[in-house]
Amino acid sequence: MPITPTHYMLLSAGLFIIGVVGVMVRRNLIIIFMSIELMLNAVNINLVAFSSQLHDAIGQVFAVFVIAVAAAEAAVGLGIILAFYRNKETVNIDEMNLMRW
Amino acid sequence: MIEAIAFYFIAACILGFAVLVVSTKDTVHSVLFLVLDFLFVSALYVMLGAQFLAAIQVLVYAGGIVVLYLFVVMLVNLKRPAEAHQDPHRRSKLGFGLAGAVLAEFGVIVAYGYARPSQAIAATASIPVAGNTEQVGWLLYTSYLIPFEIASMLLLVAMIGAIVLAKREL
Repeated sequence: MPITPTHYMLLSAGLFIIGVVGVMVRRNLIIIFMSIELMLNAVNINLVAFSSQLHDAIGQVFAVFVIAVAAAEAAVGLGIILAFYRNKETVNIDEMNLMRW
Repeated sequence: MIEAIAFYFIAACILGFAVLVVSTKDTVHSVLFLVLDFLFVSALYVMLGAQFLAAIQVLVYAGGIVVLYLFVVMLVNLKRPAEAHQDPHRRSKLGFGLAGAVLAEFGVIVAYGYARPSQAIAATASIPVAGNTEQVGWLLYTSYLIPFEIASMLLLVAMIGAIVLAKREL
């Protein structure tokens, strides 16, 4: 049975769902950030699979942009974690209710 | 046949390590599983003929971002486990329910795609260079030059922002 883009889409959907479950269920902020990276990777798999299917490199160009945004997001997010940890000595998301209405 | 075996092996590893990333108690182990996951995603890119992106995946993700995560995990030296405190108002079952809703949405999209397959899209602009890295570079420096510049500006701003956030006082 040949590997079609449907297989890649199903893999990508599975990876994305695992990331969603991580964001929804875990309480450690660092693990939530890693789940977001998993979701961005799922999107990249989709982009590259279709780029390969259509013989067009544009999908890979967009995957490069996604990786750049992921790097920026990781840097700023981890900076926020450090700044928060310095004030409250915790990375538990349930205790981060400073700005909750 | 070999391609199918490779795909199923890599897919199983990606999904298995992703589950471990989300479910492991120890955060350091979780980061290390994330490295393995990224390496297998990179192998998938090689299978798809995107060698440039596979190299970027290993260099930027497995090399750069994960080292950043490890630094933060080591710097944030927790006296009590991060998951110790639980908000009594938190509803984890609702989280699983919402994730299930997203999964159902994907299922509907896939079913719709099977029911009404769309026309194949013809490959667009011809690129005067051969080779994966050359093609990606050609597109980045011609059609997508302005997004490329904006991405570099975004990275610069993110770098300054991270320094400002992580510094004790300015």
